[in-house]
Amino acid sequence: MSLLEIKNLHASVDGHEILKGINLTINPGEVHSIMGPNGSGKSTLAQVLARRQAYHVTAGSINFLGKDLLEMKPEEAACEGVFLAFQYPVEVPGIGNTYFMRSALNAIRKHQGLDEMDAMDFLPMFREKLKLLDMDEKLMNRSVNEGFSGGEKKRNEILQMAVLQPRLAILDETDSGLDIDALRIVANGVNALRSTERGMLVVTHYQRLLNYIVPDFVHVLVDGRIVRSGGPELALELEEKGYSWTEGARQPEPASA
Amino acid sequence: MSTAIANVEHYLEAFTRLPRTAEPDWLKQLREDAFARFCQTGLPTTHDEDWRFTNVSAIAKTEFELPVDPPQLSAADLSAWKFPASAIELIFVDGQFAAEFSTIGSLPPGVQVSSLKEQNTKHSNAAKEQLGRYLNVERDAFAALNTAFISDGAFVHVSRGVVVEVPIRLLFVSTQAAAPRMVHPRNLLVFDQESQATVIEEYVSLGGGTVLSNSATELVAGANATVSHYMIEREKVDAFNISTLRIQHERSANVASHSLLLGGGLVRNNVHPVLAGEGGECLINGLFVGEGRQHLDNYMHVEHASPHCSSRQFYNGILDGHAHGVFHGRIVVHKDAQKTDAKQTNRNLLLSDDAQIDTKPQLEIYADDVKCTHGATIGQIDENALFYLRSRGIDEISARRLLLMAFASECLERMAAGPAREYSERLIHEHLLKIADHVTTASASVQNRSWEEVG
Ligand SMILES: Nc1ncnc2c1ncn2[C@@H]1O[C@H](COP(=O)(O)OP(=O)(O)OP(=O)(O)O)[C@@H](O)[C@H]1O
Ligand SMILES: [Mg+2]
Repeated sequence: MSLLEIKNLHASVDGHEILKGINLTINPGEVHSIMGPNGSGKSTLAQVLARRQAYHVTAGSINFLGKDLLEMKPEEAACEGVFLAFQYPVEVPGIGNTYFMRSALNAIRKHQGLDEMDAMDFLPMFREKLKLLDMDEKLMNRSVNEGFSGGEKKRNEILQMAVLQPRLAILDETDSGLDIDALRIVANGVNALRSTERGMLVVTHYQRLLNYIVPDFVHVLVDGRIVRSGGPELALELEEKGYSWTEGARQPEPASA
Repeated sequence: MSTAIANVEHYLEAFTRLPRTAEPDWLKQLREDAFARFCQTGLPTTHDEDWRFTNVSAIAKTEFELPVDPPQLSAADLSAWKFPASAIELIFVDGQFAAEFSTIGSLPPGVQVSSLKEQNTKHSNAAKEQLGRYLNVERDAFAALNTAFISDGAFVHVSRGVVVEVPIRLLFVSTQAAAPRMVHPRNLLVFDQESQATVIEEYVSLGGGTVLSNSATELVAGANATVSHYMIEREKVDAFNISTLRIQHERSANVASHSLLLGGGLVRNNVHPVLAGEGGECLINGLFVGEGRQHLDNYMHVEHASPHCSSRQFYNGILDGHAHGVFHGRIVVHKDAQKTDAKQTNRNLLLSDDAQIDTKPQLEIYADDVKCTHGATIGQIDENALFYLRSRGIDEISARRLLLMAFASECLERMAAGPAREYSERLIHEHLLKIADHVTTASASVQNRSWEEVG
C-alpha cells in the first residue's frame, strides 16, 4: 500500500485557488522533494497535509495509509503519523519545550494504545535526540521556540520529528536560513530517520540541501500544479536554468506508481 | 436616588439592631462615624469615577440582612475546603469565627493569630491603635459600610524579626442563604519590622443564594517586613463580593498582593497600597477568569507618598461568554515622592465575541522626577500556536488549556515559591480545565489591539 496518495487536489485560501490539481504518490521508504518559485503553493500543500482548517480543499482526495486524510483534524493526522516541520516555527510563550514534547509524544502513544511515558523514561530518550541535533539541553527549559535563533527553531523542528517518529515527514524549507554547519546537522538528523517504513516530502528552494538529503524523486510545483517530475538530476537542472523553462510544461503522470 | 436613600434606611435598621454591649467605646465610636459617613454618600453609582465600569444597583436594590442563626455544619462539610498543606488556618462561617473548624495550633513566639471579635471583646485595646486607622471611609462607601458593621475577621500580629514559616490562611465560607444575607469581614494584619509572613484570604460558598461579602483588610508592613497576601475569590456565581485591601508600607517594606478572581457574580477587588516610607516595594499581581455573566472589577489605587519606592501592577484577564472584566489602575505620586518607579501592565484574552474588558490607567503625578509606565493588550487565543500544538498530536481542548495555562502562568511566576503558590497553581489549573472545555473554536481571524504608552 502506498503511504500517501494525493489525487487531483484543489485547495483555496480566502477564496483564492492556490492548488490547482495536484497528483502525488509517496511509497514507504521514498524521499520526494518539491521545488518551485515563491508563492507557487508549496507551503499550502504542506499545511493541507497537516490539516490546517484555513485551507479549504475544494476538490480531490488524499489517502494516507488507507485512510481519508481530509476527514482528519490536525491532531488526528499527527496521531496517525503525519509530521510537518514548519517553514516558520511558532513561538509558544509559557509552555516549556520538554513538557510540550512529552505531552505530544504521550498524546500519540495514547492514540496508538501505548502507555504514557513518564519523565524518567522520557528524559534519556530525549537527551539522545538532543545530541543527534547537537542542541543544548538548556534550550529545552525555555518556552517552545521562544527567543530561539532561526537555526535553533529549525533544529527544534527536526528534534520534534525525531521524538515523534512519524510515518510521513514533511519538511517545509527546513534548510532556508541555515549556514552550512547547521545544514549538515539538520540533514544528519533527517537522514537518521530515513527508513523503509517512512516517507518524506522535502520542500526546498535550494539544490544544496539535496546534496545532503538525496531524494528519490524531485517535483517542480508552479502555480499550484506539478509541472515536471524526475530524479535528483532535475534539481541540478533547476539550479542551473531557474524555473522559467518549466512554465507551460504539462502536468505529468504521478511520479511513482 | 430614591433607591439609594431607601437602601440607607434599610441599613439603618440593621445598624440600630446591632448588639454592641460587649465592645469597647472606641469601637462604638468608629462604627458611628463610619455609618454617619455612609449615610451621607449612600452606595456609589456609575457617575462616580471610581465606579464607572461597575454598576452596583443590584446590590443597592437588595435588602440584605445580617446573619442570624449560626448554621449547623460538620467538619465533613468543610473538609473539601481545608488547606492542602500545613497552615495556620482560621475558618469563618457566615462571617463568624468557627474555632471548632480552625487550626491555630501552638503558635511560634511573637505570633498572634486570633479572631478579631475575640480581641475586641476580651482584650479590648489590642486592635485599638490600628483598626480603622488606614482604611479610607471618606472616599469609599463600602469601606464605611464594613466599618459600621465590623463584627469578626482575623487579627494577626507578627513581632519584630519573626518569620512565620507556614501560610496563615483565612477561609470565609458562606452557607446557603434563604434570604439575602450580608457579611462584613474585617481583618487587621500587623507585621512588625523585619518580620515575614504569607496570608491567604479566601472566599468560598457552601450553598447558593444572594450573599454579599463586603470585606476589608488593613495590612501594616513595618520597616523591612516581607509580606505576601493572597486574595482568592471562588464563590458561586450568584454571590456579590466587594473586598478592599489597604496596605501600609513602612520604610523598605516589601509587600506582594496576589489576587485570583475565579468565582463570584459581581466582584470588586480594591487594592490600595500606600508607600509611606522610603524604599518600599510593592507588587500587585492578579489573574481574573470570568465566564457566563460574571463581572470582575479590579481597582487599584497605588499611592506613592515617599521617595525611592517602586510599584508593579500586573494583571492578566481571561474572559469568556458574556463576562465583563475591569482593570482600573490609579497611581498617585505625591509631591515628595521623587524617584518613584511605577509600572502597570494589563493583558487580556477574550475568548468570545461577547466578553468585554475595560482597562483604564489613571496617573496623577505631582512629583517631577518619576518613571511611570503603563500598557494593556487585548487579544484572542493565538490560532497559530493552537495549530502548532495540534499538529503535534495534542487535541484541541488540551491545546487550548495549555495556552490558557501559559497565559495564566505569567501571574503564577510572580509568586514566591511555596505552598501558597502551589495551591494557586492547582486552583487555576482546575478552573481553566473547565473553561477550555467550554470554549468553542473562535473565529479564525486573529485581531490584536494593543497600546503601550510611556508617560
Ligand atoms: N491567507 C491567505 N490569503 C490569500 N492568499 C494567501 C494566503 N496564504 C497564502 N496565500 C497565497 O497563496 C500562494 C501560495 O502560498 P504558499 O505559502 O503556499 O507559497 P510557497 O510556495 O510556500 O512560497 P514560498 O516559497 O515563498 O514559501 C501565494 O500567492 C500566497 O500569497
Ligand atoms: Mg512556503
